[in-house]
Amino acid sequence: MAAPLTLLLIVAVTIRAVLFRSSLAELILERVEVVSPLNAWKRVVEGLALLDLGVSPYSGDVFHETPLMIYLFHFMVDYAEIVFMVTDGLTAVALYLSIQTYNKNVFRKQKYALESDRYPADCLELLRSPKEMFYIPLKVAMFYLLNPFTILSCVAKSTCGLNNAIIALFILCTLKGSALLSGILLALATYQSIYPLTLFAPALLFFLQRLYIPVNLRRSSFWFFTLQYAFIYVGSLVVITGLSFFLLGSWDFIPSVYGFIFSVPDLTPNIGLFWYFFAEMFEHFRLFFICVFQINVFFYTIPLSIKLKEHPVFLIFMQIAIISIFKSYPTVGDVALYMAFLPAWSHLYRFLRNIFLVSCVLLACSALFPVLWHLWIYAGSANSNFYYAITLLFNFGQVKGPILISHFT
Amino acid sequence: MQWQSTDVEVNRSDGTKNSETFTPAPAKDQFQEELVIRPLHSGDIYASFQFRTLWDTDFLQEGQKKVSHYRLFPKSLGQVLSKFSVQELHISFTQGFWRTMQWGQPFIPSPPGAELWVWFHHTVSDVDGNWKELTNVLSGIFCASLNFIDMTNTVQPSASFKPLGLGNATDHRFLRYATLPREIVCTENLTPWKKLLPCGSKAGLAVLMKSEKLFHSSFHSQAVHIRPICQASFFSKSWELRQTLNVVFDHYTSGQGKKEWSLFKMFSRTLTEACPLASSSKVYVDITDNPEGELFELSPATPLLSQAVVLGDRRTYSVYDLTRAETFGQLRSFNLLLRWKGDSGDMLRPLLHAERYVAGFGLQTGEIHTVIYNNHPYRAFPVLLMDSVPWYLQLYIHTLTVTSKSRDNKPSYIHYQPAKDRHRPHLLEMLIQLPPHSMTEVTVQFERALLKWTEYTPDPNHGFYVGSSVISALVPSMVAMSTNFTQDQPLFSSFVPVKEESSYFVRVYTEPLLVNLPTPDFSMPYNVICLTCTVVAVGYGSFYNLLTRTFQVDEPSPPLAKRLANFIRRIRGVPLLA
Repeated sequence: MAAPLTLLLIVAVTIRAVLFRSSLAELILERVEVVSPLNAWKRVVEGLALLDLGVSPYSGDVFHETPLMIYLFHFMVDYAEIVFMVTDGLTAVALYLSIQTYNKNVFRKQKYALESDRYPADCLELLRSPKEMFYIPLKVAMFYLLNPFTILSCVAKSTCGLNNAIIALFILCTLKGSALLSGILLALATYQSIYPLTLFAPALLFFLQRLYIPVNLRRSSFWFFTLQYAFIYVGSLVVITGLSFFLLGSWDFIPSVYGFIFSVPDLTPNIGLFWYFFAEMFEHFRLFFICVFQINVFFYTIPLSIKLKEHPVFLIFMQIAIISIFKSYPTVGDVALYMAFLPAWSHLYRFLRNIFLVSCVLLACSALFPVLWHLWIYAGSANSNFYYAITLLFNFGQVKGPILISHFT
Repeated sequence: MQWQSTDVEVNRSDGTKNSETFTPAPAKDQFQEELVIRPLHSGDIYASFQFRTLWDTDFLQEGQKKVSHYRLFPKSLGQVLSKFSVQELHISFTQGFWRTMQWGQPFIPSPPGAELWVWFHHTVSDVDGNWKELTNVLSGIFCASLNFIDMTNTVQPSASFKPLGLGNATDHRFLRYATLPREIVCTENLTPWKKLLPCGSKAGLAVLMKSEKLFHSSFHSQAVHIRPICQASFFSKSWELRQTLNVVFDHYTSGQGKKEWSLFKMFSRTLTEACPLASSSKVYVDITDNPEGELFELSPATPLLSQAVVLGDRRTYSVYDLTRAETFGQLRSFNLLLRWKGDSGDMLRPLLHAERYVAGFGLQTGEIHTVIYNNHPYRAFPVLLMDSVPWYLQLYIHTLTVTSKSRDNKPSYIHYQPAKDRHRPHLLEMLIQLPPHSMTEVTVQFERALLKWTEYTPDPNHGFYVGSSVISALVPSMVAMSTNFTQDQPLFSSFVPVKEESSYFVRVYTEPLLVNLPTPDFSMPYNVICLTCTVVAVGYGSFYNLLTRTFQVDEPSPPLAKRLANFIRRIRGVPLLA
């Protein structure tokens, strides 16, 4: 399967290169749907310029990237386009390999279940054949690389692409069974933006399932493995944070990056629900609603883990979807990551009720975002309510989409 | 000697006293007033009043009894200085914008709106606390809304505002600078300002200050400058309070008739006497352009002439001394009359001039362009540009470009302090070398932020003001400046200390900017909260359903008729149907 994948990579790189060289690149760089104050390329360049001037990048409120990102781009700022294209390719390859491994697991389980006659008679049509599962990894890679959201995110040089790559590599390492690498990559993903913390639970469940350790709170083997994995994770996180401290010599980056993510001071419009809500919030209730919105991201982890403990990969998909809908500064790059997983469950498509409606809603919203932004900001004939309405609709569609699929797993 | 004997006398007569109630003989203080009238080339008149009080005392010395006997120096300002340990205070209120290209350089420049900069004494421990209280107290003294000055519009310039009086201050932690471009000046501000004068508005030059005439002008600026200076004759530090009022009347350009002015026409009053408390009271009229009397005619004529080098130019003035009774003539009233005879030629172009504007379209991004002109034919000189931009316009310093004569001109010193949202504004200071006879353009891009709905002013679509940029420079002078400081020097030429002969200090303020920010809909808070919470609740509801729903096999329920029949049968106690 190397040849079709290589062809896909070449096509994807060509599209991105063409767009990089066209005049659309500057336009896309400033679109608020594609970049947010957390991952805009303009702000990375600004942070590096501040560093050159001798001022700490975190002394102002423009730069919100982590110090390791400064370190990386200090050397790579001239090759930024190549870095982002390579990152996208890496993500696609990682997703391809992980879905391949997943499919092998699923097929093997199916074979054992079939041999032990565990399936009732009328379910036979749901069984999957190797033939139809053969092309799924390629479809996943294609869904990621040729997704317009991903292409826009790459051309805008948004560091969301780097975050996606780290999460994809984490998924790959988890599915391959390497707890050490998985812990380190999860720590790196958490360090970049705090929300991947919720992926700890599905990764843990996957490892427990793989090592045949029953998920029973009274068994010592469960605790033994959990503590091991938690130790790897927390240890890597501490090491990475300490490294960042020594890089710039101060803890300034913690309030600038993590404080910024949690307290949402910047109200730049984006495709999420937070900005207008907090722009129109009564000052008295601001803290309360910030807490409510942030808890909303984390609090589905435990119930979903309990319900979906037999399907950890699906749980990962659900968690990524929840993060990208409810995080404080979402962009289309986050949406693209979980959309890439959809072909993995293509056998369920005929049972989904509103798939047509949901996909129409998402398509229409994506088309209307730039239109209503132009009307508000440039033409002056609309106001912020129009853009806000489309934001609401987009998030409503996103919320309904993964839920639909989850009904049938 | 006289001082000492008075001391001894009082001591003997008062007997034992504790030092709190013993007041020394009043310190030496003097008051001077002057009015400079300069006819401008555009046909307008520039009138500049200056009132100076010099007092040989020390507000800031520790261990000494508090100064309590005020004579010429206003008590309200003296108490402010000692309470907040102020080393230097400069405050100005301006209505209108000074047009350098048409009017030349002003004696004392000021930006539109209110501007306040203060150097605190180096013994102050909490400068921010003192600053906050000081602005509130000054707001009360001048009836202005200076209480809007807070940490979001205060900056600490590192190089642009060096002390104008004594003081070897190099630590800019003790300097605070703030400007309120939106502040409007009116009679309410003029009245307390006039009250600070020793004679009030009852005698001397201050009787000319009638607000209905003063505010009917192109430019009106009133200022108070307090600084410690060194008096050559006393070898001691004394405090100087200068109150200045600059006004440009536009009777000609606003079409009010022929080019003829008198004090009565400009101020609707004439002068009847000098202020009795003043040691000198003079009126200067700039007649440099009129050596033979061919341009305009001045009456009453005066034999007194004075020459002064001010702003790099040697100017000749007709002097009228109001302390002499013959100035007022038989009618006991002095009304200066100026009648234009011919057309004035071209004005000497000011050597340093600047403009600023916002470029771009839409409510997302924009660009600030500052254009500085160096009109000197062969000399290049450096200028210090200071920009203070509010935090809601996010500057991107990597887009800063400085070009002179379409070539890149890298500044030799850049001090940039980025803004912290809702805490402090951006501060950008640059030292730029201006090539001779050239135009230098400084551009920087910014992004407009969306604010919380409570942070907008009641008229959000008016826009938000960005304070003027300040350009400070030592401009090479064509004429040698005098570095000696004498008591007889006219006030308008002694405001800025001259350190060297070949250049003079100039400060140019650019226009303030007005930028629009994107606004949310202010009528929508409740609706927004409801709708957003609805979407989140839909998500929550779907998840809840997903997580708690269990599937059971269910018997189809019997039709209604059968159920009713079974119900009746149960009551009767008869076996039920299938």
